[in-house]
Amino acid sequence: MNQPYRINGGQIDRSQPIGFTFDGKEYQGFKGDTVASALIANGVKLVGRSFKYHRPRGIFSAGSDEPNALMTIGEGARATPNTRATVVELYDGMTVQSQNRFPSLKFDALAVNDLFAPFLSAGFYYKTFMWPAQFWEKLYEPMIRRAAGLGALSGAPDPDRYDKGFLHCDVLVIGAGPAGMMAALVAGQAGLRVILADEDFEMGGRLSCEREVINGDASLVWVRQVSDALSSMSNVRLMKRTTVYGVYDHGIYGAVTRNTDHLAAKTEKPRETLWRIYTKRSVLAAGATERSIAISNNDRPGVMLSSAVRTYANRFGALCGKRVVVVSNNTDGLRTADVVRTSGAEVSAVFDTRQSVMPFDIRGAQTVRSIKLSDGRKIDADCIAISGGWNPNIHLTCHKRGRPLWREDIAAFVPNKDELPSEMEVAGAANGSFSTQQCLREGAQAGARAVQALGKSAGAVDIPQAGDAPFEITPFWEMKGVKGRAWVDPQNDVTVKDIKLAAQEGFRSVELLKRYTTLGMATDQGKASNVLGLAILADSLGQSIPETGTTIYRPPYTPVSISAFAGASRYEHFRPVRETPSHYWAKEQGAVFVDAGLWRRAQYFPRSGETHWRHTVDREVVATRGSVGICDVTTLGKIDIQGADAAAFLNRVYANAMAKLAVGKCRYGLMLREDGIAMDDGTVARLSDTHFVMTTTTANAVGVYRHLEFCRQCLWPNMDVRLISVTEQWAQYAIAGPNSRKLLQKIIDKDHDISNEAFPYMACGEVTVCGGVRARLFRLSFSGELAFELGVPARYGDSLIKALMSAGEEFGVTPYGTEALGVMRIEKGHAAGNELNGQRTAQDLSLGGFVSKKKDCIGKVLSQREGLKGEDGFRLVGFKPVNQADPLTAGAHLIARGNSAEASNDEGYLSSVAYSPSLRSYVGLGFLKRGQERIGEEIRAVDLLMRSDVFVTVCSPHFIDPEGERLRA
Amino acid sequence: MIITHPVLGPRDAQEFTYLGDASLIHRPDPEADDATGAFHEYLYQRENIAGEHRELWFHEQGDRSWLVVTRNTLTHEVLDVEFANDVARREGRSQ
Repeated sequence: MNQPYRINGGQIDRSQPIGFTFDGKEYQGFKGDTVASALIANGVKLVGRSFKYHRPRGIFSAGSDEPNALMTIGEGARATPNTRATVVELYDGMTVQSQNRFPSLKFDALAVNDLFAPFLSAGFYYKTFMWPAQFWEKLYEPMIRRAAGLGALSGAPDPDRYDKGFLHCDVLVIGAGPAGMMAALVAGQAGLRVILADEDFEMGGRLSCEREVINGDASLVWVRQVSDALSSMSNVRLMKRTTVYGVYDHGIYGAVTRNTDHLAAKTEKPRETLWRIYTKRSVLAAGATERSIAISNNDRPGVMLSSAVRTYANRFGALCGKRVVVVSNNTDGLRTADVVRTSGAEVSAVFDTRQSVMPFDIRGAQTVRSIKLSDGRKIDADCIAISGGWNPNIHLTCHKRGRPLWREDIAAFVPNKDELPSEMEVAGAANGSFSTQQCLREGAQAGARAVQALGKSAGAVDIPQAGDAPFEITPFWEMKGVKGRAWVDPQNDVTVKDIKLAAQEGFRSVELLKRYTTLGMATDQGKASNVLGLAILADSLGQSIPETGTTIYRPPYTPVSISAFAGASRYEHFRPVRETPSHYWAKEQGAVFVDAGLWRRAQYFPRSGETHWRHTVDREVVATRGSVGICDVTTLGKIDIQGADAAAFLNRVYANAMAKLAVGKCRYGLMLREDGIAMDDGTVARLSDTHFVMTTTTANAVGVYRHLEFCRQCLWPNMDVRLISVTEQWAQYAIAGPNSRKLLQKIIDKDHDISNEAFPYMACGEVTVCGGVRARLFRLSFSGELAFELGVPARYGDSLIKALMSAGEEFGVTPYGTEALGVMRIEKGHAAGNELNGQRTAQDLSLGGFVSKKKDCIGKVLSQREGLKGEDGFRLVGFKPVNQADPLTAGAHLIARGNSAEASNDEGYLSSVAYSPSLRSYVGLGFLKRGQERIGEEIRAVDLLMRSDVFVTVCSPHFIDPEGERLRA
Repeated sequence: MIITHPVLGPRDAQEFTYLGDASLIHRPDPEADDATGAFHEYLYQRENIAGEHRELWFHEQGDRSWLVVTRNTLTHEVLDVEFANDVARREGRSQ
């Protein structure tokens, strides 16, 4: 196939041709090409449309700083938008699409925006779409979003896998150019664990792109030798296609490796790996990025960075043009003329900005055709290679607030040595040292310093001989006095005029300028434009660049996909799942599950013929209250507490007295926070003088444990008490209902007497079940029925539920889930999560009497504060609809009869409601001001969200068995 | 961030839970005359330090020890790590 701009040489493999399509048209490239180099070799100039004006755009750079050539790579769910064509390795069959154009790249309807450019100046949106205010959301914003923008996501789930990894090393070297390779070599030879990472798919950095000579040979010979040497060291890890994107505290670096993007056939390998690298020292050798000069219409396809023209010729064997004009303000940029000439193309003109005649305007539409000079002459050209100098890649030196310094001699910002991350060295072009010789020397020195800092000695280092030509620059930022627009940031369509206008309007701070004009935003984050923009701002303000300031950089260095950050934590792997010991049994019974924190609990157990969850839940409640039901309560937090001071400890962490709890007994406990608000409730069982087991709510298990350890370690360090969470060590079941004892008597070994006399309400003790299995029995009741909780070591949990179910067959035993559990606790008037919501005091919960007057406890002092103990505060009471058929809604607000439903009349709210099959009516718990005095009052429960407004009667929260006869039976 | 645990060595901060100022160790005397005022100060009033700060971290995904970490809030440099238990004893807390 024809590649009209392909020339000899380069590091591409001509034995491996690669077919790909761009906007549906077939092209050919070679292994080793990027999408950009293959398009250039095929003579494709127009590759995209600009963000705002939809101007035609071409490839501008040869690296991750590319502002124009943003593509959608791949198809279907794998289509990845906004990918820089300059860094994408070509593979066979790749589909590439241009973006931000309609209907086609060559004819883009919104290119009409360019005609309106005089109106689309800096701050245009802020100034124009101000009023009427309601138009913004409905009209302006959707319209602007449709017109502006980049590529779009497919909307389909990402089919690829992503992973995360952790790496540890002594020295992390960022960038595998001459400086980075030398640093890695020195550190590697000293025996240190070294990671050398580079975003490119080849080692060598700029050496791959230039015609440098090292030790008398082509520099690539040296690159190969050193690569081989590093590869052979077991203590060195080379990481290609790996971008170190961020620097974090204490030597932690973020990096991402693209594993499969360069492969035609997608494998099972993770597409990307996100690395957290822990290192003792780092060497930043990230090189430098060339910048442009603002010349009228300098965004035309064919206008490129001078170094990029050399890169495409030298590395990829691709000519950017056949008649090239070179414009440079420095010695380095002028080198391009030689490269172009010896590549078989014509150099139409070379402009050193110190000359008096300069390019005045760049002509052409979809490609460059000619340039017009300041003296009126016209020169034909199809490529303009511009160099405005080099910006060291200092980004990572700023991630911990380091502020770079301006160096006048190279007209660039360099890292501030006093503000670097403490473990970091900077070497080579990233440090403002541009010659190959300087890079090699600084890299070796940085490597040696890292070795010494780690207490080892670097052997004698041979620094190779290489070119050491001085870099000379005369700052020149913009061609003045021209009429046309000159681009500063092609990605965001920010021109010289926009910056000058912003300066005139008072946006003198570079940070404000950036936000007002959008200079330096989007995928390139100002790599191409920031310094140029700053220089033009400084010029407009009549200040020097250091006086004007600089923006510093945040992570990430280049865009990192959200998928990489998510890693494997997607869908069912989003977070770990905790399953109870009866989980698989419950699944077999067809249980419906609900997430309770990380736990997955059985919510209800539908039977065939039940068409609504309420049918199931009503049946489970009726069956439990009528005979016996079983519920897995393993998820409640269980904390084992032992020690001579265990009783005294519990006495301080609970509001109510615990010290005198008898061995073999349980007690309800209410825990306060230090500010006097209820934190959690549960039960305490005393197994011996020095041994207790506490339960917490499922939701607060972790927080309560943390709090107890705080009390033990920080407040009362000399107490003899030890804690451990045993939530997962014990499987626990609630067996509730009038036949619960009869059922348990079939399971619990005969030598344990569990009659009401021997094992009364609130008793606890160790028993054996099923012929000798160790178990703990607690006579606790959340449902209000005669009930027990039976715990066995978790490994017996599955067997126990089966044994209980078969023993209970004769009683019609019914498994019940969290819904029936909730209905029964509401019927019984027990507080749960909806009531213990972090806002309610013991008094609000009608448990004010629980706070012992005789002893201190966490939260006692502040619970006595005025405002928390007033008599007109909330009280937990019950509510029944006046009309038995009316449903209640949780969250409904309580309004006195005759008052209107507005906030000023609000007297409380319903916290928990349920349909009670026992009462054949809805019942609710809630907080009502002075609720304790208002039993019998009829009041409105208004829920404006649910459009519900019903009369309810205030009543005792104990709807079932208020005397507690059943649970003592 | 890395916290160097007194026994377990350098650990990633992800293993820890943060509580706040280490002054929370000094729970006031509940029997004192001005107990309400003292508790109010204890619970709600904090120095907002730009510089060296002593703070409580819980090694939740580790040995479950509470630590007093001295950290520079400007640089995140960790200057010292001790068991809160030892600090509490040394600073006069007992039972």
